[in-house]
Amino acid sequence: MTGTAVVTSARVASVRTIGTYTVLAFDAPDIAGPAQPGQFVNIAQNAFGCLLRRPFSILDIDGDLVEIGFDTIGDGTRAIAASRPGDPLDVVGPLGSSYTVPEPGGAAMLVGGGYGAAPLFFLARLLRAQGTTSHMILGAATAPRLFAPDRAAAAADTITITTDDGSAGIRGRVTDAMDGIDARAIYACGPMPMLAAVAARANGRRCEVAVEEFMACGIGVCWTCVVPTHEEGYRHHQRACTDGPVFDGTVIAWP
Amino acid sequence: MAVDLGVEVAGLTLKTPIVSASGCFGSGKEIARFTDLTSMGAVVCKTVTLKPRAGIAPPRGAETPSGMLNAIGLQNPGVDVFRDTDLAWLAERKTPAIASAGGHSVEEYVAVVERLRGAPMVAVELNLSCPNLEERGYMFALDAARAADVTRAVKAVADAPVFVKLSPDVTDLVAIARAVADAGADGLTLINTTLGMSIDIESERPRLSTGTGGLSGPAIRPIAVRCIFQVAQALPHVPIFGSGGVASGGDAIEMIMAGASAVQVGTANFYDPRATERIAAEIESWCRDRGIDRVADLKGRVKLEG
Repeated sequence: MTGTAVVTSARVASVRTIGTYTVLAFDAPDIAGPAQPGQFVNIAQNAFGCLLRRPFSILDIDGDLVEIGFDTIGDGTRAIAASRPGDPLDVVGPLGSSYTVPEPGGAAMLVGGGYGAAPLFFLARLLRAQGTTSHMILGAATAPRLFAPDRAAAAADTITITTDDGSAGIRGRVTDAMDGIDARAIYACGPMPMLAAVAARANGRRCEVAVEEFMACGIGVCWTCVVPTHEEGYRHHQRACTDGPVFDGTVIAWP
Repeated sequence: MAVDLGVEVAGLTLKTPIVSASGCFGSGKEIARFTDLTSMGAVVCKTVTLKPRAGIAPPRGAETPSGMLNAIGLQNPGVDVFRDTDLAWLAERKTPAIASAGGHSVEEYVAVVERLRGAPMVAVELNLSCPNLEERGYMFALDAARAADVTRAVKAVADAPVFVKLSPDVTDLVAIARAVADAGADGLTLINTTLGMSIDIESERPRLSTGTGGLSGPAIRPIAVRCIFQVAQALPHVPIFGSGGVASGGDAIEMIMAGASAVQVGTANFYDPRATERIAAEIESWCRDRGIDRVADLKGRVKLEG
């Protein structure tokens, strides 16, 4: 098994709230160095009776700092969000596959739903550095559930907001905003039904999606986090943690 | 003073009493980035069947208090690929391998073990928590006669010691253990997961696609210790691998005191990829602090009187 992942004792550098989400940065040069956009880290937590690490896609890298952005949806994520600067953080990473950065130039479409938008910020920075225009579509059920829209506006060249209830941007789904955007590649992250809808509108363009599945180990040994694909037999179910989390949209057998 | 961590289990000489539990370590390839395989007595590989299997649809796992539920459906590449790639990989690293054989009929278990003859491995473990398709999917491990049938048939073809992994979900584990031992098992692995269920009350759906699944982790450790203790008391000459929620050196020592010769580490690998190495080191330091120079001397040391 190749890979650059390490188990490391990191230090929390900062914990901030952006809207309804938490953005945490930790100092981990062993992870920040090799990390690629779309990859994730698996963080130990100490909530009562909760054993498993929690996986987070990497929001961005800044020198030796690794940033994650997440929703506090359970005891484990709440415990991690309660960390203070200077606290130790037991992290495994960087893990999994990454987005394939396109040839320089041209334009790419980055589509994120809720906190699923997190890895697109890392990608947008790399795209900007190589002269690829990034058009970001940020969607959520309601305005407060949009992930860091101000930061997205700075990270991408254009931004389109959609909300299911119309409380911000276009009333509708992220896919409603896709038709007006000219891009040769699509990069998406968010809930499975959203990813399925985005992949269905790729029209032959490269479409890479980062999936989120329940994950017990994050390192490829437990086989809980699988995604159904078009392959037959043993390879029909592929692991989100090591075969993914980034998959070519044409590989997945969408529901 | 150096502590001797070596143990003997059914004629196998293991460097340490720590081995991985089946399905929690792959065959070591993915986790070798994080932990030193040489600190292990052996790697018990993920169960293989005769043909490749795709396993069941997700969701396959859910976290529960001090444990987790899983239902994977024996996803595996089939015994032939496993033998030629995984066992070969472990052999190159001089790591003792124990293959785990699954099946849905007595014939399938036999066919799997026949294909493992001559392979680089030190033992075979029979995963009897597979549904018997000839008896309406009833697990082999739940019935003394069926468990003995598989054991006897496999022993006739195996060229390595055979361990039989049993389920705790039975009314009389000792009776099943005795039947399997009488059928020729060289040792037992106690215990496999216990069947559990969890429901998401918002969606009103089970949290696993199959409804029910195997509960593992520290939540089941007292059940495992009880099973090891009961079987060791009744069948003191049958070697036992203890298994079920071992997360620390102390947990492993508890199982050895209950009667296990060696201990399998499963779910702990998921949240601590260095668990096997750490637990072996914790056993060593516990023994050193107490002046115990051989971990094997701890076997069955639980005091019942006075």
